[in-house]
Amino acid sequence: MIRFDAVSKAYPDGTVAVDELSLTAPSGQITVLVGPSGCGKTTSLRMVNRMVEPTSGTITIDDRDVTSVSATDLRRSIGYVIQHAGLFPHRTVVDNVATVPMLTGTGRREARRRAIELMELVGLPASFADRYPAQLSGGQQQRVGVARALASDPPVMLMDEPFSAVDPVVRDQLQQEFLRLQGELGKTILFVTHDIDEAIRLGDRVAVLAVGGRLAQVAAPADLLATPADPFVAEFVGRDRGYRALGFISAEVAATAEPTVTLGSPMARAHDVAVDDWVLVVDDGGLPQGWLHLRAHPDGGPGPAPGDTVTPGLLNLGGTLSPVGGTLREALDAALSSPSGRGVVVDESGQLVGSVRAGTVLAHLHAATADASAQVRP
Amino acid sequence: MNDMLLWLNDPQNWTGTRVTPGIVEQASAHLAYTAIALSIAGVIAFPLGLVLGHTGRASWLVSVANGLRALPTVGLLILLYVMVSPLISGRGNAVYLVPTEIALVLLALPAILANTYAGVRNVSPDVRDAARGMGMTGRQVLFRVELPNALPLVFSGLRSAALQVIATATIAAYVGLGGLGRYVYDGLASRDFGQMAGGAVLVAALALLVDLALSLLQRAAVSRGVSGRFSRRTTRDSRAAAVTVVRPEPPRGGPDGGRPPRQATTPASALTPSGDHPSG
Repeated sequence: MIRFDAVSKAYPDGTVAVDELSLTAPSGQITVLVGPSGCGKTTSLRMVNRMVEPTSGTITIDDRDVTSVSATDLRRSIGYVIQHAGLFPHRTVVDNVATVPMLTGTGRREARRRAIELMELVGLPASFADRYPAQLSGGQQQRVGVARALASDPPVMLMDEPFSAVDPVVRDQLQQEFLRLQGELGKTILFVTHDIDEAIRLGDRVAVLAVGGRLAQVAAPADLLATPADPFVAEFVGRDRGYRALGFISAEVAATAEPTVTLGSPMARAHDVAVDDWVLVVDDGGLPQGWLHLRAHPDGGPGPAPGDTVTPGLLNLGGTLSPVGGTLREALDAALSSPSGRGVVVDESGQLVGSVRAGTVLAHLHAATADASAQVRP
Repeated sequence: MNDMLLWLNDPQNWTGTRVTPGIVEQASAHLAYTAIALSIAGVIAFPLGLVLGHTGRASWLVSVANGLRALPTVGLLILLYVMVSPLISGRGNAVYLVPTEIALVLLALPAILANTYAGVRNVSPDVRDAARGMGMTGRQVLFRVELPNALPLVFSGLRSAALQVIATATIAAYVGLGGLGRYVYDGLASRDFGQMAGGAVLVAALALLVDLALSLLQRAAVSRGVSGRFSRRTTRDSRAAAVTVVRPEPPRGGPDGGRPPRQATTPASALTPSGDHPSG
């Protein structure tokens, strides 16, 4: 557990970066500090490992004051990940990862063996061990940065915008894997970002900081979206927060059975089962492939003749899949993005379960919020 | 030109006699003057550059040292000779050698100092921040991170200092010492232009040889990760490996070595899994 107790940082020129911050980051959870630039979130993070010394107040890790040990010993016991990874260009990947164990006197052989394990943990093949950082993509570098921070198995990790410098596709993957990793490791993590979406996605608790280092609100992501504490938080959380909040309500929407045809079947069969002229096409293994419209070709023009067979070229591509037991947001997104208006629901192995319509999802949402308000009333 | 080739081709000029040293001896003397000057300049400028670069303080010293480059070396040599010679008593060449070496050291200092300083300063702030944040002491940051990354610039300073000193060490002959400058000054005095040009060519050749030796040393000393000498094949292989190996099943995300193979026409990607998995 990391605890800030009335911590302030003021610079000699009078700028107050952090103002009387009191905050607790619970053990085994991800606490995200989020806010606009100049809100003191990075300064707050860097005070934990004493890269910045506070002007007043105390910071404790598991009830031990961070100033009770030397700064270097403190830092070696805390994982530290920064925006551009900050890998050492002159060292190979494996030596980068082994940095802290080598500093704390672990033998070279043992440190390297552990480093290879960590590389695999963060999704890098062992064949990367002897590459240099310049030979890696930005996303790969950041994986090495995370592995390096984990090398001495620190209970506490500080992460300063670790995924901000990579492109959105890679960021999405890194975030997913980060959550998976945290599920396995259960570290106490303080995570800084300026991106409210990332904060909501990754945080168990989100602390919103306002300019001048004032703590505006600390709450679980769903609460932050539902009940912003003040106009600043409301504005910072943003416009789509109602839609994003759906991501925190699980969809127990019953999928209705969806008739299907397999690739290669005759068109006559599709005509028999189609609903509203749309029919879902699956492959031999039951994995959804796309939607077939009976009277229109996906590229425009007339639909297939009754004597044709169902081929991939006739399918309307697009539409997201909603996993069984997913969130209302996923269910609604699947329904809205489906060409037929029926969202495809699949199980863990990708097999078709059925379909949901947007109207059904909204009805479910209506029932869920009615339940919630019924519970709030005495 | 012809005279020069004749002079260079005359074996008598290469092997010395008891009275007159040959080219080999003069080249050795030339190298010795150079080595002494570079060593002294290095011992002063290299640690100073490291410390100034690491702390970021007193960078005005670098500017002052750069100002030294403006001193005319021959003029300085004469001035030093006049100032120093009364202070040195004794036999041997010391009375000539000391002013010469001081002049050469002052020539070599700025290049070594400025490049070492710039090399350390130019280490990416992220890298320095990560090194400190992982618990390296100031000394460990300097010697394990900043210096290895500064080496290309440190070497470039050393090499340019070496070139300048070798070219300028000809002035040793001006105050009566040896070195390859002997041929230049003697040739000029006796209007033996073949000898003069031959001496100049030898100085240039020596400079190139020393630069080559230093470049080999640099190659051995600088990490491939810093100099960027990767074979293209291994780099491509590593990216390709990322695509094939770092690829868990869809909900956990794909590789970042490249985008996942996307084939718009194959039905497998007709329906993509929803990308939204917020933590609850």
